[in-house]
Amino acid sequence: MMDLLTILQILDSSVRSATPLLLACLAGLFSERAGIFDIGLEGKMLAAAFLSAAIAAVTGNVWIGLFAGIGASLALSAIHGLASITFRGNQLISGVAINFLAAGLTVVVAQSWFGQGGRTPQLSGGARFNPITLPFAENLREVPVIGPIYYELISGHTILVYLAMLAVPLTWWILYRTRFGLRLRAVGENPAAVDTAGVSVVGLRFAAVGICGILCGIAGAQLATAEPAAGFVKDMTAGRGYIALAALIFAKWRPWYALYSCLLFGFLQAIALRPDLIEKAIGVRVQVQFLDALPYILTVIILAGFVGKAIPPRAGGEPYVKER
Amino acid sequence: MEKMPKWADILLVPLISLILAAFFSAIVILAIGESPVAALKIMVSGALGSTYAWGYTLYYATNFIFTGLAVAIAFHARMFNIGGEGQAMLGGLGVALVCLYIPWPHWSLALIGAVAGAALFGAAWAAIPAFLQAKRGSHIVITTIMFNFIAAALLNYLLIGVLKPAGSMEPATTKFPAAVHLPTLHDILGLVGIPFSRAAPANVAFLVAIAACIAVWALIWRTRLGYQIRAFGHSEPAAKYAGINPTKIIMIAMMISGALAGMMAVNNVMGEAERLVLNAVEGAGFIGIAVALMGRSHPLGVFLAAILFGFLYQGGAELGLATKIPRELIVVIQALVILFTGALDNMVRAPVERVFMAMRRPPKPETKLKAAE
Repeated sequence: MMDLLTILQILDSSVRSATPLLLACLAGLFSERAGIFDIGLEGKMLAAAFLSAAIAAVTGNVWIGLFAGIGASLALSAIHGLASITFRGNQLISGVAINFLAAGLTVVVAQSWFGQGGRTPQLSGGARFNPITLPFAENLREVPVIGPIYYELISGHTILVYLAMLAVPLTWWILYRTRFGLRLRAVGENPAAVDTAGVSVVGLRFAAVGICGILCGIAGAQLATAEPAAGFVKDMTAGRGYIALAALIFAKWRPWYALYSCLLFGFLQAIALRPDLIEKAIGVRVQVQFLDALPYILTVIILAGFVGKAIPPRAGGEPYVKER
Repeated sequence: MEKMPKWADILLVPLISLILAAFFSAIVILAIGESPVAALKIMVSGALGSTYAWGYTLYYATNFIFTGLAVAIAFHARMFNIGGEGQAMLGGLGVALVCLYIPWPHWSLALIGAVAGAALFGAAWAAIPAFLQAKRGSHIVITTIMFNFIAAALLNYLLIGVLKPAGSMEPATTKFPAAVHLPTLHDILGLVGIPFSRAAPANVAFLVAIAACIAVWALIWRTRLGYQIRAFGHSEPAAKYAGINPTKIIMIAMMISGALAGMMAVNNVMGEAERLVLNAVEGAGFIGIAVALMGRSHPLGVFLAAILFGFLYQGGAELGLATKIPRELIVVIQALVILFTGALDNMVRAPVERVFMAMRRPPKPETKLKAAE
């Protein structure tokens, strides 16, 4: 069997891998709960990853980078809102366009600004988010079981990881305990009713798409400025936006389940990097490619409704037309 | 009443979208300190300036005709097949198995076998999401995206494992036997005495693509099945009322779509690489979306849009070699085309419609009187 430390290290890297997924997943949750499908999570994260790393590299201040990243993501959100809310275009096609726009522009601009084959320089010091050691972590380290758990797993993450974890109860509270949240959910189920009540469907949907942009921005910044090797590389999101989308379906569009499914997918990413440990743990050699594909396979199974049915918000994907 | 004449719908609106996409691309080029005019010149000479350049342009266009037709036929049934990438990967697997494990006496027979293998594998990969959509209501866009990733993992597994020849370090199959070598455009045009570059990869698959265009046109507008697909795409309840079986239409339309995407492999795997490598599709499945949108889901439109994207692809590659503009610029152009012809279609269309409506207003009374005098 594996020792505690190895397990903790795996869990620690699961939490780190889960963070961008979770932020993007919650971003998608706000958007889709308001009836706007968003397959452009990937592109928004990628654009934010690039601009946050680029601005952090130039200014040396990661916080300015973070806000620049959020700005880039919001700009793409604005395009998505314009296409799918204002001009009632196809939300899926708009998302595809946004993904390609980000994939192309990040490399073109990175090459023009830094000339390093579509990368930014490595970030260090104040230009990146550094791990935070929580109070007493060093002192408690020697305490059996609890000490290592606190030191290895809970302490030592960047502020964005803690922010992402806080975003889960916050999202729950906004969605289920505020008037805005009620209206947001209603606009994704029955926009005509919301309109009849005198609340602006367009306004609510733009607000949701905006929140989605902010969260995707933070997700992208986490990838590029808070991972151990900080800095942007070409196509660095590598499908995480789609895994977040899968996690959202897996969670059936609910915040706490989003946390669990992102942790699960984060765990799958973490153990995919350590095939030797799986072999030691279960005695069978599991193909890495199978672990790579597992989130997608699980999502298809959930979508197929063989294990509980995932029912999306009813008005999702439909542009709202005031009068027919 | 039609809001605008048909020619405006199929020519003018896509043209305006294209001009908008070109305008914003030019701004991007200016913003990174290069000249759009110089870039365009390099692209034109690099993609159209010689038979070698044409050979590459047509080679890429062949890929995009197949994936564009695949997306287009699904659009007719109001399905958005975003899984062309995965279906083309599986098509490549089908072609590789057919070429490697069957001893073909002649390339023409091998071509038929490869087309069948590619279509079969592509259709099979599209059949699962189609079945889940038809029977379980799982959203086809999400499932086909997931199947792209599953296909990538599957090919990765096969090319690192069983399909890799012993002793090789590269994740690829062995080279196909010489008997399945497809004639290139150099060979074909040489028969009628037209000189064409020997080095360019355009091959007989281009003719297969043209045949596919004609076949899709005939299927959609000249057969009962095509009528059913279009009827289903216009209105599912009406189609059901008319006795059309939705499950059947979804399955058939998606499987034809998958087969067409898979057939792309005849061009890139059999015609060019002559072995199966990792990431052989190189995003052509996604470009099919732009091509189908631009071509308004009509085979002729798809053909023309595919040539345009072949030009952009080859021109962009030359741009990457000759200037400091990376070839990813074509991804930006592709995104802008998808944005303007797809997502922002209403934005482009509405003003054009207004212009035509204004022109159609009856002449004012005074002018009528003057005419009477």
